[in-house]
Formats: sequence, C-alpha cells, structure tokens
Amino acid sequence: MDETRQTRGGEFLIESFIRVIGVSSIGFVGLIFLFLLREGIPFFFEVEPGNLLGTRWYPTFDLFGMLPLLLGSVLVTVIAMGIALPLGVATAIFVREVAPNWAREILKPLIEVLAGIPSVVLGFFGMTLIAPLVRETLGVPTGLTAFTGALILAYMALPTIISVAEDALDAVPKSYRDAGLAMGATQWQTIWRVVVPAARSGIVTAMMLGMGRAIGETMAVMMVTGNAARMPLALDSLFQPVRTMTATVAAEMGEVAQGSTHYRALFAIGIILFLLTFVINLAAASTIFKKRRRGGLR
Amino acid sequence: MDRHLVQRLGFALLSLVALVVVAPILLVVGAVVVRGSGAINWEFLTAMPRDGMKAGGILPALVGTVILTLGTALAAIPVGVGGAIYLSEYARDTWLTRAIRLAIINLAGIPSVVYGLFGLGLFVLFLQFGTSILAGSLTLAIMTLPVIISASEEALRAVPTEFRTVSASLGGTRWQGIRHIVLPQALPGIITGVILGLLRAAGETAPILFTVAAFYLPRLPRSPFDQTMALPYHLYVTSTQVPGMPMKIQYGTALVLLALVLSMNVVATIIRSYYRKRRQW
Repeated sequence: MDETRQTRGGEFLIESFIRVIGVSSIGFVGLIFLFLLREGIPFFFEVEPGNLLGTRWYPTFDLFGMLPLLLGSVLVTVIAMGIALPLGVATAIFVREVAPNWAREILKPLIEVLAGIPSVVLGFFGMTLIAPLVRETLGVPTGLTAFTGALILAYMALPTIISVAEDALDAVPKSYRDAGLAMGATQWQTIWRVVVPAARSGIVTAMMLGMGRAIGETMAVMMVTGNAARMPLALDSLFQPVRTMTATVAAEMGEVAQGSTHYRALFAIGIILFLLTFVINLAAASTIFKKRRRGGLR
Repeated sequence: MDRHLVQRLGFALLSLVALVVVAPILLVVGAVVVRGSGAINWEFLTAMPRDGMKAGGILPALVGTVILTLGTALAAIPVGVGGAIYLSEYARDTWLTRAIRLAIINLAGIPSVVYGLFGLGLFVLFLQFGTSILAGSLTLAIMTLPVIISASEEALRAVPTEFRTVSASLGGTRWQGIRHIVLPQALPGIITGVILGLLRAAGETAPILFTVAAFYLPRLPRSPFDQTMALPYHLYVTSTQVPGMPMKIQYGTALVLLALVLSMNVVATIIRSYYRKRRQW
C-alpha cells in the first residue's frame, strides 16, 4: 500500500511538472517580447517621430531613420519570395504528384540537406562564388547586391515552402484525383485544376512561413547584400547594395555602448521584427487551425 | 495543342525546376568539400589559431561549438520533450492548448537575431550571466524548443491509442503507460527531432553573436561563465572581418562546420528509417 502511495505521489509531481512545462512556451514568447520592450521602448521616447521615419540611418549623427532598413528587408524578401514560391510549389507538385520513386528518394534528402546548411555557410558561399558571378554577368560595380541576397534567401526559404506545400497536396483526398481522371482529364489538367486549387490554403500557408523565414534571416543576408543603408527606390536598386533590419542589428550591436540611444534603436528594430514575424506566423497559423476545425487534416 | 503533349511538356518543365532547386545544393556542398579539404589536417583540427587566426588551427572554435550544442541539449531536451508529452498525452482541445500551439508556431518564426537580442537582454544583462557559455546555450535552447516539441509530439501521437488503452486495462496509471509504453515506442522519433533541433543550434551564428561568441580567444573555455569561440562565428569573422585571411582557412572552417551539421543530419535520417522499418505497428 505504502509503495503505491509513494509512486502516486511521485507521479503527481511529474505530472505537475509536465503541465508547467507544457504551458512554458507561452511564457517564453511573453518573456522574449517583454525583454525586447524593456530595452527598446525608451528609444521611441528618446527620438522624435520625424527622425524615426526619416530616410537616413546614421546613428553616429543621431539619425535613426528606419525606412531604408524596413524597405531593404521588404525588397529582399519580396524578390526572394518571387523566386522561391514558384520554384517551391513546382517542386512540391513534382515530388508529390509526378516524380518516380527513385527521384523522390534523391530529392527529399537533398532538400533536407539544404534545410540543414548553416546560414553562415550559405552566406560565405554567396560571398565568394555567387557575388563575383553577379558582378560579372550584370556588369555592376559590386556583386554584393539586394538581388544576390534575395537569391540566397530564396533557397533558404525553399525547404519550408516545399515541405508545407507538400503536406497541403498530401491532404487532398485521393478521390479528388480519381474524379478528375475519371472525367477524362489528363493528370496534368487534374493537378492544375483540381489538386492545386484544393490545396490553395496550404500553399498560402507555405508562402507565409517562407516569408517569415526570409524576413528574419540574418547572417547570409548580412554577408551578401553589401549593407548600404540607403532607400532602395531607384529602378536599379535591386542590383545595388542594400541593408536589412536583421543585418543592421547583427552588425552594429557589437559596437554600441549599452544603454545608449543607438543600443535602444537596435532593440527597437528587434521589436519591429518580432511584431512582423508574429503577425505573419499568426496569419499562417490561422489557416492551419481553420483546416483542422474543418476536419480536413486529422 | 494536344493535351497529352501539354502534359509531357509540363512534366518535363517540373523536373527541370526540381533540378534547378537541387543543383545549387550539390554545388554548395561540392564547392565547400573540394576547396576545404585541402585545409583539413591534424593540426587544423587540434591546434590553437595563430597570427591573428591567419595560421594554426580551429580547435577552440570546434570545442566551443560542441560545448554550446551539448549545453543546448541539456537545457532544451527536458523542456522540449516534457512539453511534447503534455501536448500529446495531457492537453485537451481548449483555448489554452490552442494558445500553446500558437506560441510554438511563433517561437519557430522569431528571427534568430531577435533571439540574440533577447538572450542579451535576459541572460547576459538582467540575470548577469555575462557573455558566457551559459547565456549562449540557454538562448540557443529556447530557439531549439519548437523543433524538439513539434517533432516529439508527432512521434508520441504516432503511437497507437490501443497501446495506452491496454496499459490502462492492465491497471497501469496514466504516467506508467507513458513512461513504460508510449515513450519507449516514440523514442526514435524523439531522438530524430532532438538531433534536427540541435544541428540548427550548432550552425546558428546570430543568437550567439552577443551572448557568448568570442572574436579571438586562443584557449579552451574553463567554466560555463567563460566566453568561447564557435565555428559559425569563426567562419563569419574570418570571411568578413579580417582582411588578408587565407581562403584555405575560411573554406576549411566552412567544411568542418558543414561536416558536423550534415553528419548529425545523416544520423537523424538513419535512426528514423531504421526504426520505421523495424516498427511493428
């Protein structure tokens, strides 16, 4: 009897521990936001809104215009998605619907390898091999451009896009495909007019998660975009150096005095990045939950 | 145009795209292996860097990365697996559970450099761990959590409900069922998930930039409160911050880092496929 009670007591402890840990994820998100706010919020009181929304980021002259950084991030991300989305969705379709088994066995591990390559290695590769290539083929003064960054980012977002899009295609019932083929449509027609439309919401999720990854990527972008903080508004700014929010934080945090306005400015960028990815992931999550409620997946 | 011809052209286009996706991966790995292997020798792996890192080895960076990864594992595995057990075995579909899932999705999406800022704010400054292995490992651990939780939960959910029912019908408590039946069955999946999470941590640079990484520290760390060099940061430093750095050292560092990460990847894949074949349910 005693022994049973003892195990029960121990179990109660373990189960309580697991319950606490289960909820801790919420605590971590809260903690992260809290500490970003703690260090970053004073910045918004120290600097005038006009300066903040300005077009010049020169912290040594107390110019903290965040627009060039924000637009830099947006430019690089949008171009990266323009490259990665078609490639990713097409690859997912190929892997899930078309490829013979042997091709699938080669493709899927390779894509996992891509997901595992550290971003600093991709950045290094981009710096030493892709950038010179971009410079020579386009005849621009430097190969460290927004386009080079977008290219690398696209490949970094690909594993996410492919695997989520593949799951979405997987969730389309086989009967849909059978119905399409039974109507006399070719497999190609069935894929584009039945399967892909049915997987639409999952593909949107794939795009958003890929976008979240692209906008938050740091090292590779910092190493290949040239890091010039200027407004990327000219037509050819895609082929000029650009600077993203993430790269700014990573490059400058090591040199600032703790508690200075510049230090707080970098945390303020962190707050913006946190909120941006929070919204993107929330939107992606809402499509995931909607599907669950409809009972489509599980 | 004949629709069968369209299909054939379409399929050809799709395989071309797949090739465009895959070829650069081989190119990256190939380039690093070919150009880096010349640098690899016993001295490179076991000696301290010399002459401002322009000569000598990468031992402190290699050891630093291994220690950071182990530290991350120590902190992330109990919390990650515990969280997964909660979600798969205890949580009901309530608003709280949904909030937890949302939190995990968001943790997974937070940029790595923001984790770095958070680690600086909480561990380095507020808790006064200083720029240390402890601060870096804890930062990496929180970043790794969502990967470990999701993979472990999937592994736990894959264990058929009947296993739990049978355990309960034999008089086992819920925890006994989990501890002796469900966990052992899910273990290979959990280990795979843990390795996949840790390899991300091993390769990350941004979260350790302000929490632990040392630019040039030619000795091995002595305590958890020591700074350390780390492979990814070493690669970043040698390729961008030091002019006149021999390419050989850069590619060699890249190769060691890539080999470390990819071998973890291979181990994870082997464990997964081995147990998937042996599994009897």
